[in-house]
Order: sequence, then C-alpha cells, then structure tokens
Amino acid sequence: MSASAHAPSVRAAAPLVTLQGVRKTFDTGTMALDGLDLVVREGEFLSLLGPSGCGKSTALRLIAGLAAPSAGSVTWRGGRRPELGFVFQEPTLMPWASVADNVWLPLRLRGTARATAMPHIMSALALVGLAGFEHAYPGELSGGMKMRVSIARALATRPAILLLDEPFAALDEITRFRLNDDLLRLREELSATVVFVTHSVFESAYLSSRIAVFGARPGRVTQEIDVAEPLARTADFRASPVFAAVCRDASAALERASALEGAP
Amino acid sequence: MTRASPPALRRAAEALAPALVFCAALVAWEILVRVREIPPYILPSPSLIGATLRSDWPVLSSALWVTLKTTFTALFLAGAGGLALALLFARWRWVERSLFPFAVVLQVTPIIAIAPLLLVYLEAGTAVLVCAFIVAFFPVLSNAVLGLRSADRNLVELYELYGATRWQQLRLLRLPSALPYFLGGLRIGGGLALIGAIVAEIAAGAAGRGAGLAFRIVEAGYRLNVPRMFAALALVSLTGVAIFVLFSVLSKALLGRWHDSETR
Repeated sequence: MSASAHAPSVRAAAPLVTLQGVRKTFDTGTMALDGLDLVVREGEFLSLLGPSGCGKSTALRLIAGLAAPSAGSVTWRGGRRPELGFVFQEPTLMPWASVADNVWLPLRLRGTARATAMPHIMSALALVGLAGFEHAYPGELSGGMKMRVSIARALATRPAILLLDEPFAALDEITRFRLNDDLLRLREELSATVVFVTHSVFESAYLSSRIAVFGARPGRVTQEIDVAEPLARTADFRASPVFAAVCRDASAALERASALEGAP
Repeated sequence: MTRASPPALRRAAEALAPALVFCAALVAWEILVRVREIPPYILPSPSLIGATLRSDWPVLSSALWVTLKTTFTALFLAGAGGLALALLFARWRWVERSLFPFAVVLQVTPIIAIAPLLLVYLEAGTAVLVCAFIVAFFPVLSNAVLGLRSADRNLVELYELYGATRWQQLRLLRLPSALPYFLGGLRIGGGLALIGAIVAEIAAGAAGRGAGLAFRIVEAGYRLNVPRMFAALALVSLTGVAIFVLFSVLSKALLGRWHDSETR
C-alpha cells in the first residue's frame, strides 16, 4: 500500500508485532537482551542496526518464534503469528535438492504436492530474477544467486512479514547493492512488512523506513531513527542529504550506545 | 596435431603409469626369482603363482566364495544394524549414552583376542561372520551418527519454523545429510569386514571347515605349499581392492545423483 511509502504514515500504521520488556538469557548465563521494547508496524521496513553481539539477531529469532523470551512478551496483532518468511545469514540451501525443490520446501512441509506448488515456485523464482534456474543445483550457483534462492524460498508461502538476518553480509558490495534494490522492489510488490538485521549503517539507511539502533550488554534499543523518504528509492538516494543525515544520526547513535556500554 | 592432444596424451600416460609400474614390478620379481634360482618354497615367481591360481582354481574359488559371502553378509548386517542403531542414537541421547560404551569396548578390543572366545560359543562359520560384523559395525555406526547429527543447524530451524514433523525432518533433511558419512562408513567397514573374516578364520585354524581363503593360506602353510599361499593371498588382496572400488563407485553414483536425478 502507498501508506507504507511515507515515513509519517508508517508511524500511524497499526503494530503488527510488539516486543515488551523482553529479556533473553541463554543456558550459558549470557544475557543477550534485557528490557527490549520494540514495535514492528505493518508495511514498514525496519532495520535492527548494531554491532555484532548486541542481540539483534536474537531479537529477530524471538520474533520468528525460533526462541522464546526468558521474560517479557512477544505479541502479534490478533494473537496469531501471520505467515512468515525467514532468511538466514547463509543461504542455508539443501545441496542435494534442485533450486525448485529448495523453494518448494516450505510448501512441501505443509503437504503441498510438487505439481500444485510449481506455479508458486516459478513465480517466487521470477520475483528474485532466477527464472530458468529451477533445475540448477545450489553448488552450481554463485553466492548472490544462492541468496536469491534463499529469498525465493522465504517468499514461497507469500509471507505477510519477512525477517532477514544479515542476509547480504557475506556478499561483495556490487552484489549487495543489487540485492538491496531487489529487496526494496520485492517489498513493494508483495506489500510485506520487513525486519532486517544488519551491522551496516549505509545499508540500513538505504533500505529502511525506520532504524532501531541496538546497544550491547545487555542488548536493547537505544534509539529509533525515522527515514523521511518514500521507500521507492534508487541509487540517487545514496547521494541525497536525507541519506547523509540518517547515516550521521545512526553513526552517532551507535557511538553513544558503545559509550554507554563502556560505562560501569 | 590439434592443441587438445598433448593434455589428452598426458592424461592417458597418467592413467597408464600405475599399471606400467605394477607390470614392471612383476617382471622384476620374475627375473629375480629366475636369475637367483630361488626355490618356489622360498619365493615363487609371479608366473608360478598365476599357474597355481589356474591349477588350484576349484579349491581357491570355493574358498573365495566363502570369504566373499562372509564379508558381504557381515557388511550388510553392519550397514543395516549401524544405521538402525544410529537412528535410535540420534533420536534419544540416553540410548546413545547407555549403549555407546559397549560399541567402543567392542571396537577397541582387538578382534584376534575375541575370536577364540567366539569360537568356543559358536559354530566356526558363525563365529567368523560375527567377527567380521563386529569390526565393520563400529565405523558404520559412528559415521552414521555423525552424519545424522551434522544436518545444517539453520536448516533444522527452518524445518521447525515451517512446522515440519519429525518424520519429514528425518526423511528430507537428516538422512540426505547423513548419506555421504554413511557411505564413508561403509567403505571403511567393507575393508574391515574382510580383515575381520580373515583374522577370525586364521584363529579358527583347523576348526574352520567352512574353508575360506584364510583357512587355505594356513593349510597351505602347514604343507609348505608357498605358491598356493601366494595365490590365496592375491585373491584376498583383490577382494579388498574390489570392495574399495565398489564403494567408491557406489558413492560417486549416489552423491552424483544429488546433482542430476531431479532434473527432468
């Protein structure tokens, strides 16, 4: 919807999932998150930005339901988790299965026959620009293409919310820029909500309608930054004053967060 | 001359070289025996061993058949039993904790020391089979357990995210992940099963009326029929090589199919 295209209206959009006073302590005793409050609003592109080890990936896993909070709550609107897509830092494909079979997986696990799933598989592959690669095997693809397959798999179920955990961190910058643009286009076409974990200030500024800056030890949101620019962005945006301002603010917020961390 | 032929020639030479060296060694052996006039009961010439293979073929072929039958029966049992137990281990940790020590004790105790005891309890043919099974079992089991455990952690989470049943996870994820490990275990186990069968038969000595290749070696040794010892030994070596080649081909066929079978 066009409502998502403008930051102020995003502000007004309904919360899709709310994390309240969330704490996460691992079995090892490490406290990854404490006092985390975060609202994901419908249709927004929210980046969780922070240094490694600040618990931003843990927050994403809590949203996905891959882990349960030690304290606090994760509440979905309407009480039910909607259809959800998850993209890991690595492509995480099954090497023994073709591209089509990898994308088929989420549907297959729900008992959808291959023939029935095929139109969904093909359209998901077309969305990520991999039409014609359905018979290829992961081993034959480049890193960027594998990541596209991984995204196509996440899209196969037509998720209402897409969670990405530093998906482009291992890719070269040229490939990363292209995938960034593709991701913005996908979000537009699917009108999905996106939560994107990254440690790159520039990436978060380019993609997001809102940035939640994380501080470490314990992990929590130290500042939120709105990006006052419609999400239909092109490379020109990287040269704009808005982009520069967001990068400056985000960098400063990260600086403050790490200064806090140093304090007793 | 086309430009492709020199590399092709080199490749042919590379393939031929080991065969040529082997033949040269045989020829050198033959010459050594003839020139120094070494008596056959000290060192028979390759040509005499070949002649013995032909003249004693009725005895040797039935011995070869017995050894092959024992080895492959033991290997099959080790493969099936190892995989079945590995599935239990992977499913219930406490099963592994309680049974693994037994497997380790069986593995670390030299089979030559167990064989006499088994020969007391069991009929000779069965005892030989059990010995071959014991030595082949452990590598298959431990490799299968390792394989079932080595499924990509992120893929496991992805399966959980999409609500996969245990059976789906096993069939679509854990078994395919384990296949390369399992085949590796079978390849090692195949060689060991042959060694186990030979060792047990030698331990059985005169009691081994089942009469495999090792029994023929021992028997020929008593009669100082050295050419027949060498002939039987050659068959043992050939069997070992054949088992190795068989599993190399099998593993190439099965793992290669990962990349081709699903293309249609």
